[in-house]
Amino acid sequence: MRDKVLIGYGQGFWGDSILGPVRLVREGPLDYLALDYLAEVTMSIMQKLKGRNPRAGYATDFVAMLQRTLPDITRKGIKVIANAGGVNPEACLEAVLDLAKKQGIRGLRVGIVEGDDVLARVPELLRNGHPLANMDDGRPLSAVQDRLLSANVYVGGFAVAECLAAGAQIVIGGRLTDPALVAGPMIHEFGWGRTDWDNLAAGTMAGHIAECGAQCTGGNYTGWREVKDFVRIGYPIIEASPDGTFVVTKHEGTGGLVNRNTVVSQLLYEMGDPKRYLGPDCTADFTSAKVEEAGPDRVRLSGIRGGPATPTYKVSLSYHNGFKTTGQLTVSGPDAAAKAKLCADIVWGRLALDGCTFAAHEKLVEIVGAGVCHAGITESRDPPEVVLRLGVKCDDEDKVDRFGMEIVPLVTSGPPGVTGFAGGRPKATDIVGYWPALLDKTQVQTRVRVEVS
Amino acid sequence: MVRVKLGSFAFARSGDKGDGSNVGVFVTNAADYELIRRELTVERVKQHFHAICKGEVTRYEAANLLALNFLLRDSLGGGGSESLKTDAQGKTHGLALLEMVVER
Repeated sequence: MRDKVLIGYGQGFWGDSILGPVRLVREGPLDYLALDYLAEVTMSIMQKLKGRNPRAGYATDFVAMLQRTLPDITRKGIKVIANAGGVNPEACLEAVLDLAKKQGIRGLRVGIVEGDDVLARVPELLRNGHPLANMDDGRPLSAVQDRLLSANVYVGGFAVAECLAAGAQIVIGGRLTDPALVAGPMIHEFGWGRTDWDNLAAGTMAGHIAECGAQCTGGNYTGWREVKDFVRIGYPIIEASPDGTFVVTKHEGTGGLVNRNTVVSQLLYEMGDPKRYLGPDCTADFTSAKVEEAGPDRVRLSGIRGGPATPTYKVSLSYHNGFKTTGQLTVSGPDAAAKAKLCADIVWGRLALDGCTFAAHEKLVEIVGAGVCHAGITESRDPPEVVLRLGVKCDDEDKVDRFGMEIVPLVTSGPPGVTGFAGGRPKATDIVGYWPALLDKTQVQTRVRVEVS
Repeated sequence: MVRVKLGSFAFARSGDKGDGSNVGVFVTNAADYELIRRELTVERVKQHFHAICKGEVTRYEAANLLALNFLLRDSLGGGGSESLKTDAQGKTHGLALLEMVVER
């Protein structure tokens, strides 16, 4: 057993900078490269793409990233763990094998983890007494069942470890949890068992810290003035040990900052009850961790306690929930905010003249620049200019499109100083509703498969 | 005792939790931790976010991190992909909390 394993996290979400993984692979030692490509909305988009093309429905960015990094990855023997498979890990596997072939790389072992996608099984699960009720408000799934777009179980680190044990150098999953991409390699390397709650909690916590990429290395840090060289910001590396302690760090010579504050900031990100962080492998107690600085850009965590996992998996379902659009205009001073407010009233008034009305909760008016993000806290009475953002949402697509037609006319038929209209008429887009639910673990069997280029 | 902005000595991070946001705030020493535990009551935080948070506020403590974590329910205009708001994920709510003025 190795006494230290280096796990880099190169992608915090689909759309993160490709420089993250490229530089993690090139600029220092690394054993594993973890990459997250999924969010709740992503799965529904991928289902749609797969519906149109059975070879689509995975994160194509992952393949583009490998195109640049695969030579280094194979030469250095770095293992890659990604949930890039989306709703079609099989197609992602083939794309990666094709790429390896094109690059003349032979013997690359690529594995997939399947079994998280339960969309086709929803009717059967409901029949067998698994209600998949909404975790937040208790509504039965029947409320949206005819509009479902995706349904995926959050799979944990043991499935990743199983795929690694089967010999994969590249592990492609569907809805693997973000922390599982880090906990999985630790389980594999250190032989942690299913009831090693403290170690599993440490793996989960390490994954939580790293899962948003540069958000633990100086990104989005409210002490941002301390951060040097954002341009060359280093993505995080977890230096893991078999006893469950780990160090958060980054490659030497990279920009950014790792200290107690940047790590604690990220520990608190999207946090609920810090005593009970629920994951598929364990329950982690974030209040048990000792967080200490251990040299420049090194923070050690130890003493992490965990407890048994719950008997259920979390399931992320998405469904079609109407239409929305937003449009914007820039309004200059003098009296920018007052004129923007008038513009908004004109739009709603003209729509009403044409029989098109929206309920209060279906409309949005934001006067960006006058205090939108911090409404009621920091506001400006008379900014030199503002951006007026207007939006609507409802079940009627035509009404949403009708709204989109009344924004640009303000340039010539409203108060003076209205400009900045670009991008054409805003069009209705689908609203994807998010439906979190629980499913008994006995109902889900993950499978792994490894193929060789 | 002087009146200062929370942001002059504390740090924060926020993000989305369903149709609400979470705001984590932390400090760097025990005295300041006692201060934020005393000053940042659920009522005061709810009042601070009166124009943003339409639901209930819950507070959690993590003494090892010298941190408090607040859940602000119904603060995203529908949440995630349903919201029309600029800050549909509550990314800026942490900085909003740091604008609060406290006695220190």
